[in-house]
Amino acid sequence: MARRVLLIEDEPNIAEAIWFILNRDGCQVATLADGLGAAEAVRADRPDLVIVDLMLPGCSGLDVVKAIRADPATEAVPVLMLTAKGQGRDREAAEQAGVDRFMTKPFSNADMLASVRALLAR
Amino acid sequence: MPFDLLVLSCLAYVAFLFAVAFVAERRASMGRIGWLRSPLIYTLSLSIYCTAWTFYGAVGYAARSGLEFVTIYLGPTLVFVGWWLLLRKLVVIGRQQRVTSIADLISSRFGKSNLLGVVVTVIAVVAATPYIALQLQSVTLSFGVFASETPEGWALPDRDSTAIWVAGGLALFTILFGTRNLDAKEQHHGVVLAIAVEAVVKLAALLAVGIFVVWGLAGGPGEMMARIDASAIADWELMPGRWAGLIFVAGAAVICLPRMFQVMIVEDGEERHMARASWAFPLYLMLMSLFIVPIAVMGLERMPEGSNPDMFMLTLPLAEGQGALAMLAFLGGFSSATSMVIVESIALATMVSNHVVMPIWLRLRPKAAMSGDVRRIVILSRRLAIVAVLTLGYLYYRLSGGSTALASIGLIAFVGVAQVLPVLVGGLYWRGATRAGAVVGLVTGFVVWAYTLYLPSLGPGAALSVAVFEQGPAGIGWLRPQALFGVEGMDPLLHALIWSLALNTAGFCVVSLFTFPGPVERMQGAAFVNVFDTETAGPQGWARGRAEPEALLVMTQRILGKEAALAVFAAEARAQGKEGYLPDATPDFVAGLERRLAGSVGAATAHAMISQIVGRATVSVEDLMAVANETAQIMEYSAELESQREELTRTARQLREANEKLTQLSVQKDAFLSQISHELRTPMTSIRAFSEILTEGDLPPEMVAHYGRIIHDEAIRLTRLLDDLLDLSVLENGSVQLNLGLANLQQLIDRALAAASHTRPERIFIIHRDLPSENLFVRTDADRLVQVFINLISNARKYCDAAAPELKITVRQRAGRVSVDFADNGSGIPKESQAIIFEKFARLTDQTRAGGAGLGLAICREVMANLGGTIGYLPGQGGAAFRVTLPLRLEQKAA
Amino acid sequence: MKRTRAPLFLKRGSYRKRRLRDGARMLPVLGLFLFLLPILWSPGETAEADTATDGLYLFAVWIVLVLVAALMAPGLAEDSAGDEGEER
Repeated sequence: MARRVLLIEDEPNIAEAIWFILNRDGCQVATLADGLGAAEAVRADRPDLVIVDLMLPGCSGLDVVKAIRADPATEAVPVLMLTAKGQGRDREAAEQAGVDRFMTKPFSNADMLASVRALLAR
Repeated sequence: MPFDLLVLSCLAYVAFLFAVAFVAERRASMGRIGWLRSPLIYTLSLSIYCTAWTFYGAVGYAARSGLEFVTIYLGPTLVFVGWWLLLRKLVVIGRQQRVTSIADLISSRFGKSNLLGVVVTVIAVVAATPYIALQLQSVTLSFGVFASETPEGWALPDRDSTAIWVAGGLALFTILFGTRNLDAKEQHHGVVLAIAVEAVVKLAALLAVGIFVVWGLAGGPGEMMARIDASAIADWELMPGRWAGLIFVAGAAVICLPRMFQVMIVEDGEERHMARASWAFPLYLMLMSLFIVPIAVMGLERMPEGSNPDMFMLTLPLAEGQGALAMLAFLGGFSSATSMVIVESIALATMVSNHVVMPIWLRLRPKAAMSGDVRRIVILSRRLAIVAVLTLGYLYYRLSGGSTALASIGLIAFVGVAQVLPVLVGGLYWRGATRAGAVVGLVTGFVVWAYTLYLPSLGPGAALSVAVFEQGPAGIGWLRPQALFGVEGMDPLLHALIWSLALNTAGFCVVSLFTFPGPVERMQGAAFVNVFDTETAGPQGWARGRAEPEALLVMTQRILGKEAALAVFAAEARAQGKEGYLPDATPDFVAGLERRLAGSVGAATAHAMISQIVGRATVSVEDLMAVANETAQIMEYSAELESQREELTRTARQLREANEKLTQLSVQKDAFLSQISHELRTPMTSIRAFSEILTEGDLPPEMVAHYGRIIHDEAIRLTRLLDDLLDLSVLENGSVQLNLGLANLQQLIDRALAAASHTRPERIFIIHRDLPSENLFVRTDADRLVQVFINLISNARKYCDAAAPELKITVRQRAGRVSVDFADNGSGIPKESQAIIFEKFARLTDQTRAGGAGLGLAICREVMANLGGTIGYLPGQGGAAFRVTLPLRLEQKAA
Repeated sequence: MKRTRAPLFLKRGSYRKRRLRDGARMLPVLGLFLFLLPILWSPGETAEADTATDGLYLFAVWIVLVLVAALMAPGLAEDSAGDEGEER
């Protein structure tokens, strides 16, 4: 069965790039442009992986992760966080919020793919 | 009575007085003062007001001028029954300031001025000379009466030598009595008791003679009244001017006479004593006056024509064969004269030594305050002063010829001392009285008195030539001594009294009004005038006392004597809890010591001596000024320190603020960098991801084209971002190069609209413009202004959410400035966001981003600042509205 | 020590004391008036001698002053030993 990935990313071009990479690898990728309904979408769809951008319009990526982790139904879902800010402080905050992997933009497609595979393999 | 026997009885009487005084001193030194300081003794000591003038002279006065003699006692009566008005204040001040004489009081009041002390001393000494001469004359006369056996022939063969003997004897007696010790407060318990005894003797003698006359000779009071009305005295006429003037001058004299001041204030001035004396002393005066008229009447009746009425007290009993009564009367007269001379010369000697000798000596030998034996010098100077005072009295007696009526001599002295009254009263009740005013008033009064009364009293030709009397000095008529300013035909005494006191008071008041008192003077003035407000009126503190207690002790010993000094220091040590050791020279102790020493040597001298030990070398009032100045300097210095401290606080606060600003800037910078990082990385991410995808190949051509366009768009976005950042940086630094020139605003708006139409070209905007109002020329950088317009119009095109979008452009011109409003009909910007839209990266929503990085409005703001204008959001316009204002004519910036 | 504000109403004792002080201030004025009064009589319209009566008058005034002062003195002395507050 195809692995399902939920991508929450406000930049349409980046979302399209990630969709292309993962889709080619056989994932079923759903995208959201902001974080407002993200937690509900995760609970409803039960994706195998959530990829979330740190800076989202409406609410922060960190809030989305916290909401996912706060819900017992979704707390086990692996989360990969992307950020364009790339500061140490953000990484710490992300890990505390329960992010499994943290990636800084721009990234190489191979790294992205490897990270997603690793998280899905768990 | 043999002359030798008379002398012997006098000596015996003196020896008795001396014994009384000695016992009193012994008791006092053993601390058993008790009744020595009682209201009774105090009142009796005041009786030195009644001198030989009263005892002998009053009878003569009554014989010549009827009841006028009584004015001399009415004045003091009024002063004493009215003690609550003046004397009480004087007593309290005297005790508080440890005043040693009237000169000291005046000096103290006017800033411890030694000059004033000298002036008052000179006035007192000069005024005292006729008075002392009066006593010498009366004693000499009384000797003559007894020596000549016959009532008529009272002329002594060698009268002058008798006077010398009397003067010499009195000087010796006074020295023995008055200068045996140098007490802390010039108190002479022995002398006071001896005076009290003499007061009793003279009252008893006068009453005895009076009773003998009324009941023995006249035959009862009723008969006496008839005889009075029948006698020549009944013809006297009351002269209103003299009557009032003499009451006044006697009242003034009882306050200002040095000897009265001595017994009233210095010796035992206390309010409870004063309360008793307020009625007892007038009573004494009344009793002394009671039989004067009867004695005069009987004397005139019984004694042969040409008898000296001044001697009726003696000659009347002698003529009636009452030898014992005459002897009592003689001793009464002797008592009156001796007590006056003793106390007067003690008082004058104190003034002379404290205000003349000691300051000069201290100035000549500045180290003397420590090294010399001050005590010995003070006593020696006092003894010399006593001799000098009596010598002067004797000289006056010789010059005036020794034949004038006693009462008229006394009145000369009264007018002389009354010159102190204006300054004294002014000093006690008027804070505005100044030292210069006091000096001018005193000197004026003294000179006028000397010229109009004192010198003429020596007789025409003695001091002033006859020509001066008749034509005035150098023929100036209005300066004639007894017709000053052309006032003729006036009683000479009244003439002198009115002119001297009027000019004195006028000089004092006028100069006081126009001069400015020094700091010490003002302090003392307040301490005197407001004496009842505070009891701790310390005139001059020793705040910075650096005195060695040893040095202070040595000096105190020299002034107070060893035992007294040790007692003072031991008491202070006990008070400080250092029993058995020397006390610390605390400011309070030094100030107290100064007051105590002031009691011995006067305020100014004591201050000068303490000054030397405390560490300043100069003597006198200038020193006090220096102290005051120094205090002022210290205050100034501390004020300076205070301001420095404030400045430091201010600097620290500024530093703190700067630091906070830096921290804030640093946070802002971090946030800015983080933002830039985000804005740069986001397009880079797309570019990198798609370029990797493209390099992998095997993609359909349409995908390749699509991804290539994405890469292209993101690259352009990156470039624009970098352009904006660079632009912003240049604008913020103020290093932007403006290209100023005249431009038509309408054309600029046209350009901006045309350029902005590329943004979301699909949207159809209705543009409202008022072309005529736009048609004006502005001097500015046209390209930059258009950049701002484009930005605003593009924003409207991007964000206006109305279905039928409209943009209204309004131009107004006011006071050399132009404002351009851009208002659309969208939903506008929420209130809470209006404040931040001009900040960098303040993008509100990302819904409709058109490649902007949120720097547009920030750049607009910087551009307008560079163009000398502003940009702001206009709330409440029904949509998003911005107003750009700029000067009509922008001048090139100076920098 | 600041001078305390004089209270508006005083106890009877203090009130009497203050009036006593007022009396002490007025007494010399009264005495001066009485002592100056003879100026108005003399030399007088009468030719006959009245020196004895003048003298009696003066001594009578004198004795009255002494008596009044003697009556007031104890109160004043006790007063000034106590508070120094002056009514001005």
